[in-house]
Amino acid sequence: MDVVLSVSLQKKLPGFDLDVTWEAGAEIVVLFGPSGAGKSLTFQMLAGLTKADQGLVRLGGQVLFDAASGIHLPPQQREVGYLFQHYALFPHMSAEDNILFAHAHPGSPEARVAVQSLLQQFHLEGVSRLMPKALSGGQRQRVALARALMRNPRWLLLDEPLSAVDLSVRRRIRAELKQLQRTLAIPMVLITHDLGEALSLADFLVIYDHGRVLQTGSPEAVLRHPKNPVIAEWVGDVGLAGERLFSF
Amino acid sequence: MEPLLDALRLSLMVSLSATVAVALVGLGLAYVLASRDFRGKHLLDTLISLPLVLPPTVVGYYLVVLFGRQGWLGGALHRWLGWSLVFTWQGAAVAAFVVALPLMVRVARAAIESVDQDLIQISATLGKSEWETAMRVVLPVARQGILAGLLLAFARALGEFGATLMIAGNIPGKTSTLPLSIYTAFQNGDDGLAQSLAVLLTLISGLVMYLANRWTVSRWM
Repeated sequence: MDVVLSVSLQKKLPGFDLDVTWEAGAEIVVLFGPSGAGKSLTFQMLAGLTKADQGLVRLGGQVLFDAASGIHLPPQQREVGYLFQHYALFPHMSAEDNILFAHAHPGSPEARVAVQSLLQQFHLEGVSRLMPKALSGGQRQRVALARALMRNPRWLLLDEPLSAVDLSVRRRIRAELKQLQRTLAIPMVLITHDLGEALSLADFLVIYDHGRVLQTGSPEAVLRHPKNPVIAEWVGDVGLAGERLFSF
Repeated sequence: MEPLLDALRLSLMVSLSATVAVALVGLGLAYVLASRDFRGKHLLDTLISLPLVLPPTVVGYYLVVLFGRQGWLGGALHRWLGWSLVFTWQGAAVAAFVVALPLMVRVARAAIESVDQDLIQISATLGKSEWETAMRVVLPVARQGILAGLLLAFARALGEFGATLMIAGNIPGKTSTLPLSIYTAFQNGDDGLAQSLAVLLTLISGLVMYLANRWTVSRWM
């Protein structure tokens, strides 16, 4: 897999110190690790919402952030589709208007066509006029995802996309996310602290702990050759279940 | 009826003008105070809020110092235009503006600050500038608090007495708003008129406060 996304970020905060480096292709990259490991902070810096102290972020040859040369593209210019953990739907807009909002020219005929096709793709035609509070958890997520895709992003950041949906639909959403990435063929980076989920979704795994990257590699490689006892213990927990999950 | 209607018309004119100015200036100040950190922020906040705790007569005194014919601003105004705020309904409106502004700023600021940061951040990742985000996300989401702040400001402007008396005086039909007319009627022993004015002012203010309270309950959550 060709490297499309290369990330090196350092940031010191009171009581927390992040220093991570990893690279990935146009594939599903899972940032896995316990809460407080620095995964969400990484997302904030990748999207340009928080500035790193040091580092370099490159996407398909374009420099998004380079501390050394003072480049720090604002979020507006990073062409990212960002799914927040709680979706951050605009409460005063219908599902359709939430998606339409993301278009550069929301009043244009092209925007209308684009929103209709996204509503269809995400099975939202029946609820397009509903306000977010009237939607189910799964519907909210699909609206947020459709909104993130409206601007034809060059990469996707999904923060715990499965944590707020029922267990019963997680398996289906996992399959849909995988399908979506294969269709778009752009880097899809997602965060989880659920190892089963990480193993079943990831093409490439980045294991975080305490603001550091402990190991990177395919799920198979990480399972077979955990780099240190911490990871061995984590993957030991899922053991055969993990083997079964990632081959679904 | 004549004095009562004059006072009512004047009060509404003064309060509505003050509220329009409060809406424009207050919303800008509330947004800046809610979303920015800058040197002198606490000082600005204190200055805006002072009329909440100062006696209105003190506010009125400073307004005369500032806008009187010998005042810093009033002097220049008088030289250029031959016109002064003193003893005019516009002077009463300025007094009402100054005392009503802090209510709007505080309530609207709290409403703007309580807008989920995630909404602002996601809007930026969706390519929207800060201005677009403010107009299409922040202010609409905070609009109930903003409306409540405006209504409170209107109610406070309607009830303004001390500062108005200092800068605009108490000229029937010209600067005698409802609160000032009540004082005059009472002084003149016209208990009937004082009572009518008091009941009228209570009814209007009560309605405005009722609406302000209703609109602080969010419909979206």
